[in-house]
Amino acid sequence: MRSEPILEVRDLAVAFATDDGVVQAVDGVSFDLHAGEVLAVVGESGCGKSVTAMTLLGLTRSSNARFSGTARYGDTELISASEEQMRRVRGAEIAMIFQDAMAALNPVMRIGRQIAEQIQAHEDVSDAEARDRAVVLLERVGIPRARERIDSYPHEFSGGMRQRVMIALGLSCDPKILIADEPTTALDVTIQAQILEHFRELREQTNAALIIVTHDLGVVADIADRVAVMYAGRIVEQGTLDEIFYDPRHPYTWGLLGSIARVDKPRPARLPTIAGLPPSLSDRPAGCHLRPRCPHEFADCVKVPPLEVRGAGVGHADRCWLAPERKVALREVEPGEIGLRPKSPAVTTKAPA
Amino acid sequence: MGRFIVRRLIAMVAVLFAISIVTFAIFNVIPNSDPALRLAGRNQTPEQLDAIRRAWGFDKPIYVQYGKTMEKIFTGDLISYANQVDVDREIIQDVPRTFSLAIGAAIMWMAFAVAIGLYTAVKAGQFSDRFLTVLALIGISMPVFWVGALMNYYLGFKWKIFPNGGYVPLTQNPLDWAYHLILPWTALSLLFIGVYSRVLRSNVLDTINDDYVRTARAKGLSERQIMLRHVLRNSLIPIVTLWGLDFAAVLGGGAILTESVFDLQGVGQYAAESVGQLDIPPVMAIVMFAAFFVVLLNTVVDIIYAALDPRIRLT
Repeated sequence: MRSEPILEVRDLAVAFATDDGVVQAVDGVSFDLHAGEVLAVVGESGCGKSVTAMTLLGLTRSSNARFSGTARYGDTELISASEEQMRRVRGAEIAMIFQDAMAALNPVMRIGRQIAEQIQAHEDVSDAEARDRAVVLLERVGIPRARERIDSYPHEFSGGMRQRVMIALGLSCDPKILIADEPTTALDVTIQAQILEHFRELREQTNAALIIVTHDLGVVADIADRVAVMYAGRIVEQGTLDEIFYDPRHPYTWGLLGSIARVDKPRPARLPTIAGLPPSLSDRPAGCHLRPRCPHEFADCVKVPPLEVRGAGVGHADRCWLAPERKVALREVEPGEIGLRPKSPAVTTKAPA
Repeated sequence: MGRFIVRRLIAMVAVLFAISIVTFAIFNVIPNSDPALRLAGRNQTPEQLDAIRRAWGFDKPIYVQYGKTMEKIFTGDLISYANQVDVDREIIQDVPRTFSLAIGAAIMWMAFAVAIGLYTAVKAGQFSDRFLTVLALIGISMPVFWVGALMNYYLGFKWKIFPNGGYVPLTQNPLDWAYHLILPWTALSLLFIGVYSRVLRSNVLDTINDDYVRTARAKGLSERQIMLRHVLRNSLIPIVTLWGLDFAAVLGGGAILTESVFDLQGVGQYAAESVGQLDIPPVMAIVMFAAFFVVLLNTVVDIIYAALDPRIRLT
C-alpha cells in the first residue's frame, strides 16, 4: 500500500511560440512522485526533461509559452498558480539545483548572502540567524571551514565546491521536493560520487523526494528508485530502476542501454549509437516519434501510442505498440545484450529516379 | 592596491607629458598663432615685435618655450598673452562653477538614466518602453546649444520661472545656487540620460536571461528583489565606466556648450574663449587640468569596478 503521492503530474504539455513555429517541448507528461523517492528523468539533450523540471517551478513562464495539463502539489496546482503562490513554493517547498553552478550563482554576491537571501525570502529571521543557518548548511554539504568560506565569492570555489553550494542553497528551507537538473554533469567522477552520496544522505535525513534530470545512466543506476525515459517531449517508458534496466520495453530505452560503454566487454571500434537524429520539436513525426529511427516500425506506429502498462508490473508503462512478447525477442542484439539495431536502409521508401 | 596606485600615478605623469607636448606643438604650428602679434596690439612696428619676442622669450628655441610654459603652469606664474591675466588664478575662480555643474549634472543624469533604463527594460516592447525610447532618442539628438537656448528663452527670459543664466556660489546661498543651476544641469543631462538609459536597458535585458537570475527566481525571491539585487547590480557595472569618463570630461571643462549657453563662466567657457584667441597659456593650463581629471577618474573607475565585481583584480 503506497502513500499519497506528494506530486501528481498529469498530461503536462509545454509549447513555445518561436520564429520557426511552435516548439512542442513537452507533450503529455504524467508521473507521480512519493515522499523519499528518487525519480530519474533521462533522455538526450533537447528531449524536454529540463523544461519539464523548470515548468514545475514556473520558471518557463513567459509571454510565448503555452501550458496545459496539471501538476498538483498538496493544495497547489503548480501550472495555473499565481506568481505569488509560486513564489512561496519556490525554494521553500520545491527547490531546484541547477546544472552549471558557476553560471547559476550570482558572480558578485558572497555565497553566504546568496543562501541567507533564500532563507529570508521564506522565513522571518534576522541576518545573523540566516547567516548561521547558511554556515550549518555549508557544513552539511561538506564544505570545510564553512564559517570562513561563507564570505567567499563563487569564483573562489572549485567546481565541486560550487555544486555543493548550489545543493546547500537547494536545501536551505528543507524542501519537500528537490529537483536537480544535471547536478553532476560538469563534475569529474569522484566529485560526482560524493555529490550523489550527499543526495542519498539527504533523502534519509529529511525524507524529501528527489527528481534528478540527467542523461547519465550511470548516475541513474546509482541513485534512482524509479526512472522516466523521455524522448522528443514525451515519456516513452517509466518504471522502477530494475524494470527499466533489466526489462526495458521501449525501443528507445533499448537504444539508450545499448549505447553505454562497457568495461566488462572487449572494446568495440565504435560505441553503438541510435542511428539518426531526434526530430525537431517544431516538426515532429506523426504517431510514435521514434518511428523514423526505429528498425521495428510497423503499421500501427503512425498512431500515437498512449503511455500505459503493457505487460507485467503495476507501474511499468511504455509507449510502444509492439506486443510484449515480441519486445523480449527484438531487444536482444546478441544473447543477453540489449540494444537497438540500426534501421535497415531498405525500409526507407524512396521512389527510384 | 598600493602597487596599482603607484603604477597609475606613473602612467598619469606620462599621459600628461604627452598631452602637453601635443597641445603645445599644435598651437605653435597653426597659422597666425604668433603671440607677439597679439601682445603688440594694432599699430605695431617690426621693432616692437622684436622687443616683445625678446621680452617674452619667443625668440628662444621651441623646447625652451615649452619648458618655461610648463614650469609656469605649476608655479602659478602663467600669464595670458591675450589679456595678461594670471591664468591659474582665473582657473581657480572658474573651478567651483564647473564643479557645481559637473557634480549636479552627473548625479542627475545617473539617477534618471537608472530609473528610465530599468523601467524600459521591465516594460520592454510595451507602449511605455517605446514611448520612453523615442524620448531618449530625442534627448540624444537635441544639441545642447539649441535646448539650452530654448530653455533660457522660454523658462528664463519669457516666463521667468528660472533665472536667465548666471551663477550664485554655494557658500553664499545654497538654494539660489541650485535654482541657478537647474537649467544647465538639465540641458547637460538630457544627452547622457538618453545614452545611459539605452545602454542600461540593453544591459538589463541581457542580464535578465543569465542563469543566476533564474536561480534567484527559483529561490522564491520577489520580482523586486530579483531586479534590484541581482539584475540591476550586475547591469550597472559597465555603466560605471561610462559614467566615470563622462563625469571626468565635464569636471575638466568639457561642457563648453552648456557653460557658454548659460554663461556660467566656468573652466570650459574659459577654454573656448582662449582657443578662439589662440591664447596658448590658458589653453595649455586647461588641457592639463582636464587631462588630470580624466586620468584620475579613470583610476577611480577601475577601483570602483574592482569593488563592484570581485572577479576583477587591480594590477
